[in-house]
Amino acid sequence: MRKDLVTSLLAIVVTTVFLGLVYPLAITGISQVLFPGKANGSKVSLNGRVVGSSLIGQPFSHPVFGKNGKPKLDDEEEEILAPDKGYFQPRPSATGYSGNVTYFGNAGPNSAEAREEVREYMKSYLQLEKPFDKSLTSEGIPVDAVTQSASGVDPHISEANALVQAHRIAAVRRLSLSQVAGLISANTDGRLLGLFGEPGVNVLELNIALVK
Amino acid sequence: MFQGWVQIAIFIAVLVALVKPVGIYMARVFTNQRVFLSPVVGPIERIAYKALRVRPDEGQDWKGYARSLIVFSLLFWVALYLILRTQSIHPFNPEGFKSAPWDLNFNTTSSFITNTNWQYYGGETTLSYFSQMAGLAVQNFVSAAVGIAVVVALIRGIAARSGQAIGNFWQDLVRILLYVLVPVSIVGALFLVSQGVIQNLSHATAIHTLTGGSQILGQGPVASQEAIKELGTNGGGFFNVNSAFPFENSTGLTNFFEMLLILVIPTALTYTYGRMVGSQRQGWAIFSAMAALFIVGVAVVYIAEQHGTVAQHAAGLHTHAFDGSTGGNMEGKEQRFGIANTSLWTAVTTVTSCGAVNGAFESLTGLGQAVPFANLGFSEVIFGGVGAGLYSMLLYVILAVFIGGLMVGRTPEYLGKKIGAREIKLVSLGVLVTPLVVLLSSGIASATRLGTRSIYAGINPQGFSETLYAYLSQANNNGSALAGYTGFIQPNAPGNAGAYGISFADLLGGVVMVGARFLPILFVLAVAGSLAGKKVSPAGLGTMRTDNPTFVFLLVGVVILVGALTFFPAILLGPVVQSLTTRLF
Repeated sequence: MRKDLVTSLLAIVVTTVFLGLVYPLAITGISQVLFPGKANGSKVSLNGRVVGSSLIGQPFSHPVFGKNGKPKLDDEEEEILAPDKGYFQPRPSATGYSGNVTYFGNAGPNSAEAREEVREYMKSYLQLEKPFDKSLTSEGIPVDAVTQSASGVDPHISEANALVQAHRIAAVRRLSLSQVAGLISANTDGRLLGLFGEPGVNVLELNIALVK
Repeated sequence: MFQGWVQIAIFIAVLVALVKPVGIYMARVFTNQRVFLSPVVGPIERIAYKALRVRPDEGQDWKGYARSLIVFSLLFWVALYLILRTQSIHPFNPEGFKSAPWDLNFNTTSSFITNTNWQYYGGETTLSYFSQMAGLAVQNFVSAAVGIAVVVALIRGIAARSGQAIGNFWQDLVRILLYVLVPVSIVGALFLVSQGVIQNLSHATAIHTLTGGSQILGQGPVASQEAIKELGTNGGGFFNVNSAFPFENSTGLTNFFEMLLILVIPTALTYTYGRMVGSQRQGWAIFSAMAALFIVGVAVVYIAEQHGTVAQHAAGLHTHAFDGSTGGNMEGKEQRFGIANTSLWTAVTTVTSCGAVNGAFESLTGLGQAVPFANLGFSEVIFGGVGAGLYSMLLYVILAVFIGGLMVGRTPEYLGKKIGAREIKLVSLGVLVTPLVVLLSSGIASATRLGTRSIYAGINPQGFSETLYAYLSQANNNGSALAGYTGFIQPNAPGNAGAYGISFADLLGGVVMVGARFLPILFVLAVAGSLAGKKVSPAGLGTMRTDNPTFVFLLVGVVILVGALTFFPAILLGPVVQSLTTRLF
């Protein structure tokens, strides 16, 4: 018994030092040398200014101002944001696209609240896109556009979603639809090695390409 | 959907291809033979024995083995609790987080010591980098090694030709860490970083977004923890949304790789088993039983998720797939994984006791949820946690041998060893203790106000599902969750100012995890000791074979029977009700 106690204590110290400090710090050191960009969050810049991470979705919206010139607030005292029509819009987020406080939306499969939420998202999507894409009906709404992502910061939207939004972008930015479509396919991350995952359009990278 | 099935098939093919080479490698490690890493690792191994003052060749009987394991784990429990409670004085705390409350830390400590990684907290808002690295990630290695050590001891007991010894716990611990877990984690972590998983010690980064807003990006030593979190079937996310967060799981390729890490040891151990007991067919028989249940589970989740939810259809959303859109239930899923890879992951993480998630379980369809429920209801024997899955399955194997023996009216024997009353008593206790703990704890939590405080979805089928799943997950040391269920309130996240735990949920969960981890381990080691001393009798004409399809069928039947009889009524009340009705709650 006493031998077990001594060995246990020694093992606790040894594993904590080597597995808890030496291992992660060594991996950090090697990563910072070999893959500094990736290890620090794949940040992307525009005109020399960091504007985000290519892996983390962000909102492209602006506050709605009331008659008194102040931003309008919702019931929870948060600023009401409206999508910026000159940009592709990401998927809905439960967390307001937070990159440091993450949680799931947790809408249940048979939840009446979830039904209302999807309805609202569908209404907003049609309101935003229908004026520019007259053929769009509720049947043509891609599912990713009206459901919350898991991370709250999904960097991608589906190709179908991007092509719907392309009509709006083309009209607002006075580009031809085929120009926008070209930018979309240039910023689509395909399946890796043609096999793994689903294709997705990287919204931040696409919007940066638009601005450029 | 076709593309999705192809991806699932490729994953399974790669997994099966790894079973033999990895299985042989581990068998050589567990039987103290040379492997290709020996020239590098051998000297370190010898230093480790000196530092720990152990004589590796000193065999232990099952009581000695169990004593070392329990003393080590309990002392480590105390050490980890102290680390978490004194978080504010440690280095690597750029956000200056204070310690989390005592009851949450009780739960978290129990969770990581038991390989569960149930998390009532969000990592990025609650814990310092020191707590994550030197506290939790150490357990990701150690608790996984303990699980593997137990199954190795059981295998030795089954294979032993004489004597009482079932190995030396300290030697097993050292060799599993040095030859298996650490090298794979190093390679895995570096690969993950090369694909975009972060690894740094920086402060969270504030960013001015393209449209002039602000966003803060969490940072940290993620990849080093991510690799062992999957490999050791631990599952505790660095970030609250776990492997759904792009900094933990950045692409379709990392997703594939992480799923492989989760399953590679549990699947390969079946081969290791066959090799160590001297009959490869025995290993493949167990593998087949596991694989059959796994594949059915994957298919059910995928079909259910592709269908979409009742709420989505009620809202008038069309969930069919069309060109450029996956269709299906994309609520709580990431575009880069889509329906197929989130469904596959859901099955992978719940057949094993990993519990890492790449999507929101709470938002799965009713039928999609039923699969994780069933996988946990089968006590994690479908591949299962590293070590834990196989030792739990071997209990079922002995049970199946016993039942088969009764049917044909012969004395049950397994691999030449007679199964007597003592073994069957121990096996029954080992099989039943976890379900019993689940039913008791989830019953108390569902029936009392103290318990229902933790529910997010309300008093309805989904709320019941949350509760039942919470205790299923903790008792089976899985750690995945219907994440609405909570035991920790954090009003000022990030940071612990004003945060408090829900003591009832934290303490009950903590006790459940410890009890349902270490009681079965004791029963398993006792079985190992009991079998080790038995003489081997040669197989005769009347010996029931345990390596043919008939036995695989019997084994699957016993697993389903025990799991279904225990949990079917409860699972009906939650996920099954929701998948059968179009009602909203």
